[in-house]
Amino acid sequence: MPGGVSARHPFQFNALRRLLPMKKTLLVCLHLLLVPFVYSDSDSSSRKMLEALALDRVDSVDDHLNALVETGDPFIKEFVDAWRVGEVYEYELENTEKVILHRVSEQFQLLTTGEVLEVPEVREEFLKKSRASRSLRKDLARITDTIDLASPNLHTRIDAALKLGQSQNIVYLPSLRSRLDRETNEKAKRAFEEGIMISLLKNAETPGERLGAVVRLGELASLKGRDLVIKIRDENEEGGDPELFAAAHESVLQILKRQSIVENVGSFFRGLSTGSVLLIVAFGLAITFGLMGIINMAHGEFIAIGGYTCYVVQNVFENAFGVQSGAFQWFFWVSLPISFLVAALIGLIFEKGFIRFLYRRPLESLLATWGLSMVMRQTFRLIFGAANVSVETPNVLNGTSKLGLVSMSDTRLFIVIFAGFVILITWLLLSKTNLGLYIRAVMQNRNMASSLGIPVARVNSMTFAFGCGLASLAGATLSLVSNVGPSMGQTYIVDSFMVVVAGGLGNLIGAGISALGIGVIDQFLQPLLGPVMGKIVVLFAIILFLQWKPGGLFPTKSRSLDD
Amino acid sequence: MNIFDTKRELSGFVLAGLILMVLLPLSNALAPEGSIFHFAGYQLSLWGKYITYATLAMSLNLLWGYTGLLCLCQGLFFALGGYAFGMYLMLQVGVDSVYNTALPDFMDFLGYRELPAYWKPFNNPIFTMLAVMAVPGLVAFVFGFLAFRSRIKGVYFSILTQALTYAVCLLFFQNKFTLFWVDFTFGGNNGFTDFKQILGANINDASTTRWLFIGSAAFMLLVYALISMMLKTKFGKVQQAIRDSENRVRFSGYSTTTYKLFIFVLSGMIAGIAGALYVPQVGIINPGEMTAAKSLDVVVWVALGGRGTKFGPILGAIVVSMLKSYATRAFPDSWLIILGTIFVLVVLFMPNGLVGLPKQLAPWINRFRGEKKSAEPTETLTAS
Repeated sequence: MPGGVSARHPFQFNALRRLLPMKKTLLVCLHLLLVPFVYSDSDSSSRKMLEALALDRVDSVDDHLNALVETGDPFIKEFVDAWRVGEVYEYELENTEKVILHRVSEQFQLLTTGEVLEVPEVREEFLKKSRASRSLRKDLARITDTIDLASPNLHTRIDAALKLGQSQNIVYLPSLRSRLDRETNEKAKRAFEEGIMISLLKNAETPGERLGAVVRLGELASLKGRDLVIKIRDENEEGGDPELFAAAHESVLQILKRQSIVENVGSFFRGLSTGSVLLIVAFGLAITFGLMGIINMAHGEFIAIGGYTCYVVQNVFENAFGVQSGAFQWFFWVSLPISFLVAALIGLIFEKGFIRFLYRRPLESLLATWGLSMVMRQTFRLIFGAANVSVETPNVLNGTSKLGLVSMSDTRLFIVIFAGFVILITWLLLSKTNLGLYIRAVMQNRNMASSLGIPVARVNSMTFAFGCGLASLAGATLSLVSNVGPSMGQTYIVDSFMVVVAGGLGNLIGAGISALGIGVIDQFLQPLLGPVMGKIVVLFAIILFLQWKPGGLFPTKSRSLDD
Repeated sequence: MNIFDTKRELSGFVLAGLILMVLLPLSNALAPEGSIFHFAGYQLSLWGKYITYATLAMSLNLLWGYTGLLCLCQGLFFALGGYAFGMYLMLQVGVDSVYNTALPDFMDFLGYRELPAYWKPFNNPIFTMLAVMAVPGLVAFVFGFLAFRSRIKGVYFSILTQALTYAVCLLFFQNKFTLFWVDFTFGGNNGFTDFKQILGANINDASTTRWLFIGSAAFMLLVYALISMMLKTKFGKVQQAIRDSENRVRFSGYSTTTYKLFIFVLSGMIAGIAGALYVPQVGIINPGEMTAAKSLDVVVWVALGGRGTKFGPILGAIVVSMLKSYATRAFPDSWLIILGTIFVLVVLFMPNGLVGLPKQLAPWINRFRGEKKSAEPTETLTAS
């Protein structure tokens, strides 16, 4: 069962990490001396301390609790919660030794080791629900609130410090202060100070202390304290403390300045990830349209092929392994290459069947591929239904990561990295392989390449298939951020055509730059104008941009008159 | 000057005029219902719709067939003309029963208290008719000026016109939008519908249907005559020369930009008028008419009928529309697959469309006939 595994696993991981800072271990050992039962095994000391507490074998509850807090072990919180809801039992073993059992998903685990213990039915009379006394429960509640302050995980510590500060509860102030003195990490120190200052805005004992907090929050450019400082400023605007007002005003300006930087950086990164999707789509298009002169109106449907391939692979994995299994998490990574291959194969068939008759007739290729796109869309509808289907995000990509000032979901981060990967692969293909050399030769002069012995027909098929495969990869990554539907490609097709035109026909660098640029500009315009107007402004901006540079960012240099 | 190529074309034109503008409306008006000579009212408005589609296809043919500009915003011009006329029709609805105001329903719904200033002139039918031409014409002029000035052509032109269609379509899907510091509203998703009056007549009257049909047919024939005439003039020759080799025309001293701009604006206006005739016959206009797919449909009609021929677009528009209304009922699921397949096949194997089919098949038919002739004697020999 997953519960048993995941409950034990993070603990062991943290316990190992905890051994690393020696100072902390020493502190833990010091406190352990106060505890009547001294265990040599410090690995599971917090568990043993909890057991001692639960079996009421401690002399000084206060000291014991302090020692527990020092460990910063997240398991303590879990255990206290279980204790409160009655999932903790006292059990007398056959050798009359008393142990504490922790019930996790209908199984009893030994508290000290986490091992599963079978309780035979005949011995059920020796099983007794353990209850903490009222005063102990109160103390435990305080501990679980502040325990994250001592967490070995930096982010947990920072989040806890800010959360406790924002609660402005005077109870937490001493723990925050004592933690600040012992904290070594600069980031965490900053967070502790920020938390203390926010708390002081309400709990300051002297006006001077309060003033100091306001000033310091401005220096720290505390986004969390923004609303509170603004409140103080507004309260003191008329008839209040003029000095406090001036300080608060200054602080608010500092904070707002910082906030606008953070927001801009955030928009930039979001734009980068939108642009990255566009980039993968547009790369496929740039290859078929720019390099081969085929306007593939069915390109959007190849995006949908990628999305649907993910969906199918997901269903296959679900049937084979079940949703809960670890193997299910691999479906997305398996479906990436599969979606590329499926789309490349379909693209190959199309090229052999229709497209190869249409080289040199770009406008007619537009019409034929539009027909294909209608057929494909309806086929999707017949196979998968008209409604959208959704693809799960693998657990690995479900979190968020902090990049400097902004946090970004891992899916978006993955898309950016994946776009980089696509650029790399395409670049390698075009510049380091024979096929790439042929592709460039055919693109420059089809007849000359043919007369030099390059198999033009095969190169064309391969190029078209590669372009379709890229579109499908874009669809597969898109399935992480949006639903998969028959017309999912239609949303992107106009945009990506514009990207290719704005970048310069047949120029992949241009396509890449314009994709990222359009993505970023779009994200900056959206908060100002709303999503639809932002899009429209971008479209018109591109039309105007082409007035200035009709050939796009990097126009193809040619002496031919009709290029 | 004789504008038609052959006598047969002239007689066909006159015959079409007689049938469409006299015979069919008369049979609808005079023949008793149920008799075989009666042309039903719903048929009349259905064919009226097809005729406006045919006119739209002709306007695209003017651009694509004769000037070589594959324009993917013809549906946009059509819808803009339709919207302009729809605004007039909306104002003729009068006081509605739900909100008890003279404002169109959707404005009440959106919280408008009075008619916005840019709506007011549309009370006047003359102004509306001018706007039906002027609005698409203006859009075509501005866009065409920018595009042709920087010598955007071929595929680029197609893609940019598609982007324009897409952008405007997004705008019209919104309930309200601000453009150049003016708040516009055109009914959002639902567009305009529930028309009541047109030029003082009830829009649902049989006679109104007849007159709209006659008007649509007259306009189509007028456009046909106009295109025929244009092809005979020097202007038409330059236009076709631009299609075949723009650079040579430019080197010969013609300003191709001006020619293309003129044709672009003209075809936009024709499409706009067709749209204005379309709206009262189907009774609704909404942004769905503006989507990029609709504009591509028009390209399908022209390609299927025969690009660069006078009659092809009409044939293509009517054949595809009839096929569509039949297939959407008979095969609702696979209709798009049928249309898409036909389209691919037409592009691959019928470069001259339906109109060019007899000529394309001629060698085969001749061979078949020839074989038949030579096969017959041997057959008789064995039989005897």
